[in-house]
Amino acid sequence: MNFAGKTAIVTGASRGIGKEIALKLASLGASVAVNYAGSEARANEVVDEIKAIGMDAFAVQCDVSNSDSVTAMIKEVMEKFGKIDILVNNAGITKDNLLMRMKEDEWDDVINTNLKGVFLCTKGVTRQMMKQRSGRIINISSIVGVSGNPGQANYVAAKSGVIGLTKTTAKELASRGITVNAIAPGFITTDMTDQLNDDLREQMLKQIPLAKFGEPEDIANVVAFLASDESKYMTGQTLHVDGGMVM
Amino acid sequence: MAEVLERVTKIIVDRLGVEESEVKMEASFKDDLGADSLDVVELVMELEDEFDMEISDDDAEKIATVGDAVNYIKAL
Repeated sequence: MNFAGKTAIVTGASRGIGKEIALKLASLGASVAVNYAGSEARANEVVDEIKAIGMDAFAVQCDVSNSDSVTAMIKEVMEKFGKIDILVNNAGITKDNLLMRMKEDEWDDVINTNLKGVFLCTKGVTRQMMKQRSGRIINISSIVGVSGNPGQANYVAAKSGVIGLTKTTAKELASRGITVNAIAPGFITTDMTDQLNDDLREQMLKQIPLAKFGEPEDIANVVAFLASDESKYMTGQTLHVDGGMVM
Repeated sequence: MAEVLERVTKIIVDRLGVEESEVKMEASFKDDLGADSLDVVELVMELEDEFDMEISDDDAEKIATVGDAVNYIKAL
């Protein structure tokens, strides 16, 4: 896979899976816009890592749940790169709680970042990709968006929504040479999953046929595939990268 | 004024592959010129570039015929 001359935006790329995706795409030749919401210092570290391997990158602040903020980000990327070949909608948050205890703002915050954010960023890049008659959009969903998960009504609803959004966007944009696919990661070791309690981790491990948690790189590798020409006959799909947890 | 119609017509002919003679003011993009919804979105995008302006989503939804587009641009 070779992304020489290609440009990518990776949302939520200051850490975890997003960081690994940004590094992977850059290592294969892409210029990368490293989006972050609050972690400026960590985003700059990712940019430095990319520059250290001789590739082009810059950090761009944006709250993906805010349309003005997204518009400004797309504008900045267009000014710096002149085109957008790849969008990876990765930014996400969790605010877990049992449904009975979940507050309205916990619901809204997670839906706004994890689902509305995908809509806004996708809408934002579509104009450019339509003109180019090519583009790759990769949405990071979650395996719990397929299976459900107690304590995560907001997160599961958003991640499930991303799968539906992926299918619809894929159908709307297929005639313009743009493919849209989703990845449903299982249990991947990141800051976000480190917050889960030991009981839950233990319980999840039992459900994984490959009997271990995944690494961010396992997701980044599949993103690279979906962003490449090798996946050109795939669109609207959700790939489970979960050690066989949900089949 | 005629110039606007000329430039709009050229974009429509290029984008939709129709004959220039079909591009009448009353012609509907979807019903008469064979455009689908996405074609209309793209036409609006090209008009924005051609005439260096921004058409809001609300206004764009009201553009259904060649005349709608021409009159919108002339009214600016």
